[in-house]
Amino acid sequence: MKAKQVPQDNSPSYSGHKKLVYAVNDSGHYTGIQSSGWEVENFATQMAVDDLNEQTLTAIKDYHDGKASSLAYHMCKHRFDISALAQCTGFFQWQIRRHLLPHIFSRLSQRKLKNYSAAFSITIAQLTRVPEHP
Amino acid sequence: MSEIVNHLIHQQSSHCETGVVANMLSSKGFAMSEPMAFGLASALTFAYLPFVKIGGLPLIAYRMPPKTIIKTVAKKLNIELITRKFSNPQKGMQALDQALEEGHIVGLQTSVYWLPYFPEDMRFHFNAHNLTVYGKNAQGDYLISDPVFEEVVTCSPESLQRARFAKGALAPKGLMYILGKVPEKIDLAPQIYKSLKKTAKMMNGLPVPGVPFFGVKGIRYLAKKISELENKPSKYARLYLGHIVRMQEEIGTGGAGFRFIFASFLDEASKLTGDSELFELSQFTTEIGDQWRAFAVQAVLFCKDRKSISLQDISAVLIKCAEMEKQLQSRLLSLSAFK
Repeated sequence: MKAKQVPQDNSPSYSGHKKLVYAVNDSGHYTGIQSSGWEVENFATQMAVDDLNEQTLTAIKDYHDGKASSLAYHMCKHRFDISALAQCTGFFQWQIRRHLLPHIFSRLSQRKLKNYSAAFSITIAQLTRVPEHP
Repeated sequence: MSEIVNHLIHQQSSHCETGVVANMLSSKGFAMSEPMAFGLASALTFAYLPFVKIGGLPLIAYRMPPKTIIKTVAKKLNIELITRKFSNPQKGMQALDQALEEGHIVGLQTSVYWLPYFPEDMRFHFNAHNLTVYGKNAQGDYLISDPVFEEVVTCSPESLQRARFAKGALAPKGLMYILGKVPEKIDLAPQIYKSLKKTAKMMNGLPVPGVPFFGVKGIRYLAKKISELENKPSKYARLYLGHIVRMQEEIGTGGAGFRFIFASFLDEASKLTGDSELFELSQFTTEIGDQWRAFAVQAVLFCKDRKSISLQDISAVLIKCAEMEKQLQSRLLSLSAFK
């Protein structure tokens, strides 16, 4: 990549920051150049973020429809998936899958709730609440 | 609370771990660039790990696993590396404070998700981000040199503790490291050739039949996986390709980025040793990096509009990458310095 070809596409996901990349200058040697983002990379990031947002919206809807517990929403909101949450809390994945059901989540002990709220770094009261909108 | 500011030279880098190594060494008076640290550590590689899942998709790494870079560089330069892990977060934070009071700059392994100064869209659960703490301000916040940021940043003790003791895959467990005394004069040239040889040997992948996940074999394996996506639902294919590009470009500067760092290392090495062959290899590595970028462009094109390009085409670009890396390997091994 030539120094002039370093993309400067102002990616929104960088929030105004700049990243350093290495590129070839006119004399054929390498220098570090700041880049404000690449459109291609931004698209991939945006796709992942959109996917997460969509999952969060579904989780909110499912909670208000009584199809999922508030855990589903907080898991999405804090960017966990079931396997990551299992590693973080020490629960088995099948346990977490059960806890995503409202009638089972509502009977969880304080100790288990505390485990989840610690993983998300929120209070137990926050853990059991889901906003109407994200 | 008293203020502590230890001597540190902050220089922005492409990648966190090599950046931390370069900054720590430079602050200790041994000028070291990021590409040089990357090259000396023989960090260039490729690994496709289907059994490690991130968000349900396989992990793809373009460099050696976390902590190898700092360990290898310290070993090569014969510098003592003092590392500590903690099971108790309070003790971990106390040890950090103590090391700062003693005048050290301290490297830490942290989770990106809990660092408040990261942009929202870049925060995800990645536990192997490296940074350097060089002091504490009057409010008790830590002064941090995060090598991927332009400027130094600060972070509250609560957030830093959470980031250091995040759980999950690659959990940092509060890992902190301090460099010992740096020798005044180090002859880099023999080390450069040694690490080049090691890089070249690793590029072929593990010499174990039935393990096609590393090096050139790994790239070919990924290419095969992409061409097999045709039998999968298109939403999955999109997510999968998007994920590869994210692993390649966004997370830790990725595939193309690492190839450019390596090219920059070869460039610097040729200046240092006066070996013009290394400069030619640097130019060739640049082409490889450009090829990886072409792959990212095509993959994203498929995600945008899957009619304009077929999965076979994308797979073919990747196979070209594999072929070029294979060429680089044989050229590295046939350097006249090795004869």
